[in-house]
Amino acid sequence: MSSPSVAAAPVAAIDYLHYPDARGRFGDYGGSYVAETLIAPLAELTAAYETLRADPAFVAEFERDLTHYVGRPSPIYHAERLSRQIGGAQILLKREDLNHTGAHKINNTIGQALVARSMGKRRVIAETGAGQHGVATATVCARFGLDCVVYMGATDIERQKINVYRMKLLGAEVVPVTSGSKTLKDALNEAMRDWVTNVADTFYIIGTVAGPHPYPQMVRDFNSVVGREARAQMLGQYGRLPDVITACVGGGSNAIGLFHAFLNDRDVRIVGAEAAGEGIETGHHAASLAAGRPGVLHGNRTYVLCDDDGQITETHSVSAGLDYPGVGPEHAFLKDSGRATYVGVTDEEALAAFHQLARTEGILAALESSHAVAQAMKLARELPEDALVLCNLSGRGDKDVHTIAAREGIAL
Amino acid sequence: MTSASATEDVNRIDRRFAELKAAGRTGLIPFVTAGDPLPPATVALMHALVEAGADLIELGVPFSDPMADGPVIQHASERALARGVGLAKILEWVREFRTRDAATPIVLMGYLNPVEIHGAACFAREAVEAGVDGVLLVDCPIEEIDTAAPLREAGLRQIFLAAPTTTDARLGRVCEAAQGFLYYVSFAGITGADRLSQDDVRTRVGAIKQRARTPVAVGFGVRDAASAAAIGEFADAVVIGSALVERLAAATDADDARARARDFLAPIRAALDARGSGEA
Repeated sequence: MSSPSVAAAPVAAIDYLHYPDARGRFGDYGGSYVAETLIAPLAELTAAYETLRADPAFVAEFERDLTHYVGRPSPIYHAERLSRQIGGAQILLKREDLNHTGAHKINNTIGQALVARSMGKRRVIAETGAGQHGVATATVCARFGLDCVVYMGATDIERQKINVYRMKLLGAEVVPVTSGSKTLKDALNEAMRDWVTNVADTFYIIGTVAGPHPYPQMVRDFNSVVGREARAQMLGQYGRLPDVITACVGGGSNAIGLFHAFLNDRDVRIVGAEAAGEGIETGHHAASLAAGRPGVLHGNRTYVLCDDDGQITETHSVSAGLDYPGVGPEHAFLKDSGRATYVGVTDEEALAAFHQLARTEGILAALESSHAVAQAMKLARELPEDALVLCNLSGRGDKDVHTIAAREGIAL
Repeated sequence: MTSASATEDVNRIDRRFAELKAAGRTGLIPFVTAGDPLPPATVALMHALVEAGADLIELGVPFSDPMADGPVIQHASERALARGVGLAKILEWVREFRTRDAATPIVLMGYLNPVEIHGAACFAREAVEAGVDGVLLVDCPIEEIDTAAPLREAGLRQIFLAAPTTTDARLGRVCEAAQGFLYYVSFAGITGADRLSQDDVRTRVGAIKQRARTPVAVGFGVRDAASAAAIGEFADAVVIGSALVERLAAATDADDARARARDFLAPIRAALDARGSGEA
């Protein structure tokens, strides 16, 4: 086969654990599409990270914090009543919602804070949409004694008052962003500007597997503890790997965290659940892989949602954490290579899954994670009773109760 | 390379810098966002810039997520986008501008995604046909130069940036890749902030000029006649962006925009020329 396109190569030929390449590419995706002013700080970060990831003392400290501060390992829980109600395969939940701060996000912020500290940076900046990454960043900054500034869209600040206050309690400064659509992507633009201007003493903790190299790799590495743990737990508890694994995909950090350890296990099907919002056909969604096209956004080549003139379009999802017009480049690569499939889950389907999980298992899942639960339920219905569907329950839903109440017309 | 483009002799950017050098003059490069402040004023504004002394025009292509720009140019982008300005419209304006001005080089400055979605080869063909001479893609550093190969193949000059944070080793590669002119951004931050330390810039630009095979333009943070003249002492050209865009933002109509552009640029042109004649 002479085509250089990864899509044309047989799946078995690809060693998925060896990406990205030295230029930060996952096949055609990823890279460093940034202004000249960012090249030097990114090179400094890449060099520091390459050294640290091979340093046993760094790895040991990271793992110690994951155990004693985050509370890892998180269990795999067999949702028996839910599985019975569905009447198909067994649904297993990887309980990232039980981590300190209530989501997978802390895996990454601990890792990056350790990198920041070892690079001698005293000030940390971050962008946040729903506020989960902001809270996880503020948390580790408090723990490591670093100054913390979080950029957040003015619209999101209005929608997520509790998380804003939480960040302030943790000592972070929250800066409202009033440009563009006043949401996550604008906060990311603003954080990038801060970084360029203050790079000498500032470390930028990106919250998802997007952005320029080395972020997609670094954020994945820190989150990939989820999949490594889950893979060992499956073998220990069930004596085999799951038939299907699934996770929600916004930027895609919890999904790649779960998927990565399974990428070379060809018998394990991998399905990502994107936010189809009010339905992909309505245009009100955030399904970059299912409905977008290859482009360049926020420093990497990936699938983006944009109009025919290349302008990034506004997205919609009931869950703020999935409300992003791009997606991590490794997911774009997995889609094109056929290793993973990505499907849309609507707001309604996610909300229904939220309620069903709450009532059958006593678990309030984050609205983001509820997309994965909805997808796991769909998959379970199609599979025999002895099949195993592993779903990443990436975060808890306490933060979403106001949103859900408001949607259902209930005043709290 | 078609025979038509071969006979159309040198690129306008190269020709203009050769003329400037022969005349011992410092180039003046204003930046305006296409379609801002008022879309119908764009072509008239471009002519006004030339009348006020512009040697080359940088035309900003608005993008929804201008990561490397400061608030002034971001707001200009937002205003233009709100009025439906896009690549097709911009090329139309360039075509119209060319009917009255065949000499002034035009560089489109913007981000990759609109070019990518348009199709780089298709965009390049249309841009050359419309009369565009060069392209500066802010989020396309030399590492990703292959992405822009169709632009270069079509005859467009790809302008690259150099920054105070660009290492010496890297600077060699940037100079190697540079076409048209090298654009030195005179402070490490985003466009439009006031961080110009002139001595630092002078030293740095001196070092770059020794290695660059192209002229060196200096921009970002140049605000008025005094700062332009100071930079003009050692730069081949001076770029003025945010300060001009800010001045134009409040224009009420096309005539007002033209008057504002003239009033702003004329003293800068005079200051640059006074320096040149003083030395002669």
